[in-house]
Amino acid sequence: MIPQPYMLEVTDLTKTFSGVVALDAVQLRVRPGEVHALMGENGAGKSTFMKLLIGLLTPDSGEILFEGISLKAANVHEVLKKGISMIHQEMLNVPELTVAQNIFLGRETTGGLFRWLDDSVRNKQAAALLAHLGVSIPPDARMKHLSVAEMQMVEIAKAISNDVKVLIMDEPTSALADAEVTILFGIIRELTQKGVAVIYISHKMDEIFTIADTITVLRDGQYIGTYPATELTENSLIKLMVGRELDRLFPESTTQPGVEVLSVQHLSRKGAFSDINFAVHAGEVLGLAGLMGAGRTEVARAIYGLDSIQSGEIHLKGQPITIKSPQDAIRQGIGYVSEDRKQLGLIPALSVKYNITLGNLSTYADGGFIRSQRESTAAVDVMAGLRIKAAGPDQPVVYLSGGNQQKVVIGKVLQANPAVVILDEPTRGIDIGAKSEIYKLIHELKASGIAIILISSELPELLGLSDRIVVLAKGKQTALLSKKEATQETIMRYAMQP
Amino acid sequence: MNTSFTQVTQSTKTRFGRLGQYGLLIAFVGICLILSLTTPRFFTVQNLMIIVTQVSINALLAFGVTFIIITGGIDLSIGSMVAVTGVAAASFAHPDTYPVVVPVLIGLLAGLFFGAFNGFVITRSHVPPFIVTLGTMTIGRGLALILSKGRPVSNLSDSFNFIGGGKILGVPTLILILVVAFIGCSILLKKTVIGRYMYAVGGNEQAARASGIPIGRVKMIVYTLGGLLAALAGILLTSRITTGQPNAGQGFELDAIAAAIIGGTSTSGGTGTMTGTLLGALLIGVISNGLDLLNVTSYYQEVVMGAIIIGAVVLDSMNRTNKN
Repeated sequence: MIPQPYMLEVTDLTKTFSGVVALDAVQLRVRPGEVHALMGENGAGKSTFMKLLIGLLTPDSGEILFEGISLKAANVHEVLKKGISMIHQEMLNVPELTVAQNIFLGRETTGGLFRWLDDSVRNKQAAALLAHLGVSIPPDARMKHLSVAEMQMVEIAKAISNDVKVLIMDEPTSALADAEVTILFGIIRELTQKGVAVIYISHKMDEIFTIADTITVLRDGQYIGTYPATELTENSLIKLMVGRELDRLFPESTTQPGVEVLSVQHLSRKGAFSDINFAVHAGEVLGLAGLMGAGRTEVARAIYGLDSIQSGEIHLKGQPITIKSPQDAIRQGIGYVSEDRKQLGLIPALSVKYNITLGNLSTYADGGFIRSQRESTAAVDVMAGLRIKAAGPDQPVVYLSGGNQQKVVIGKVLQANPAVVILDEPTRGIDIGAKSEIYKLIHELKASGIAIILISSELPELLGLSDRIVVLAKGKQTALLSKKEATQETIMRYAMQP
Repeated sequence: MNTSFTQVTQSTKTRFGRLGQYGLLIAFVGICLILSLTTPRFFTVQNLMIIVTQVSINALLAFGVTFIIITGGIDLSIGSMVAVTGVAAASFAHPDTYPVVVPVLIGLLAGLFFGAFNGFVITRSHVPPFIVTLGTMTIGRGLALILSKGRPVSNLSDSFNFIGGGKILGVPTLILILVVAFIGCSILLKKTVIGRYMYAVGGNEQAARASGIPIGRVKMIVYTLGGLLAALAGILLTSRITTGQPNAGQGFELDAIAAAIIGGTSTSGGTGTMTGTLLGALLIGVISNGLDLLNVTSYYQEVVMGAIIIGAVVLDSMNRTNKN
């Protein structure tokens, strides 16, 4: 077979920020109809690279050729018109508008005598697009009422509604459960058959090897190389990305579960979940598995007092407890690391130190006055203990990498000496090196006798860390599996149960 | 490697941030220098004292509104509170009636109640603070007119008039009170748990809630503080002009908000300092004093002041974009 000519050719692209090189002579050659994975740890320069491609940033030197024409001076709008579209990791939408209005933003239809806005056509088109994607989101639903995963699906619908030639997907599956990932991959294959090139960014190895034809690796802003996916293995790819070999991802745990710490009985919340029953023991990791919308996060939020429950009981160390707010939960010894780090985890403008001590500030105060020395010491200890990499305790947390931000949130939760910690998608959107750090941390917490409830959409992660796994489907508990019983197949079977 | 790269960019960012913080101080010193050189009367002890005295009422209000804006809120009712509390205090300050503590306490209590009412409605109803305090602004003005029957409350005791008009060891009482209030507010904001919570609530209310911070209590406290400081300003103003004026304080809320914003408090919440607000208030005072000395009419002064507010926010947002 004669290889097709390149659709997109990037040569020696270089970008510096105030003297610091973010991208150094990077190459990328993409053929029509291929899925080209762009791999690298956080900070490797992938985001900068993509921003240059879509015209959000201007390169210092180098060349971007799209269908033989230079894109160097093009702005976002021109790039989009040429057919290069990006699905952002951070979803950009107008929360108050409907799904259809968001999909066709800037391309509204008018009708009738006065050429007034007419949503009916667009609603029908949006419904068709969404049905094609296999999701049942009403086109006239307000964006703000959607879950993160549903918003992601809308983003994808928006991208394919344009006449797209190159589709850049930045962590498109970070909010999706396996069933939706399968649908997404189907869509990607459909697009590539029509000659669309997909540039795919993900931290999930299994996805890369399932979907990618070609892999380009960046490390610390340097171009490492481009390889056919078939020539690489998971290990060799990781080695290229981090420049060294990683320890085994899931270390063997020797911790034996102890006494029961937290149990829930017949826990129900209208419209979210009903009759949930499980118990978690000291030094045990209890996994919560399920598809998007199964109610895992909702259960966690209810236990933590962020949402109310209609019926059911929560017991802590055998005693029934009432939790009306996160304050109550923290006082009782329950900690929650949210799936939504930015919204629920961090105060971005505050420093690492202030974020760490926020949940338990009165410990570092006498009569309402903060003892700075005591606070700093505690923060420095946490940073060392959790191996948080930052310029210092006073650095605003917004400048930290995703993995380090996540550790700050975990550090904050641990400050309150919780007996049980709920970790909701603790490794979402963080790179493989940071992931293995978080896994190590979970083992350390386990060994210290903390009971852990782990929610994760990544089955290998859930299987690798959990002692037992509760499976939810559509708000109902369908299984409680022991480590032996739990496999990807059994979990999926119970997760898909009606 | 990777980490050292991010650290380098971050430390340069921090340096830009610091420069931004000092920008206001540099502007302030620069304007003072120019005025000292162009008008001989500017840099005299007497004139500087006049400026600080004139600024003090606005600065007190601005301290209160700084707490509120840091939590992501706003308070439009403080000007009306100045009138209500002033009239309330004045009604109990006639000669040979009550000891001077009584009108002061009445005024402060009125402010406390009014501020707490704002806080209560805002936390319970989830109606935006802008709308709630727009309502209480009008209510307050009405109350001041009702309490005073629409007439100025005059004939106040000498001891009451001393509070805002007297001098101790040659220093106007207003300046002394300003200094004490500034120190108190700075400590509260920077050194206490509740101060930290204000930044957290304004920085990310949802995350603050999930961190176990009592959001409602924090908001109650800032609006009550705003009321108390407005009452202090109302009592001092009444004492200084020796009359409880039901029409006093109109537009004061905007001057106070302007001082906070010029001082670097972001209207989206989460950032701001008392030092910045004090500098903002002083800057407004120095510019209007300087324009007076340069014989610029008050009409033009309004235009200049407006331009400065916009300029300050533009600089602030440019600084923010740099950081990102």
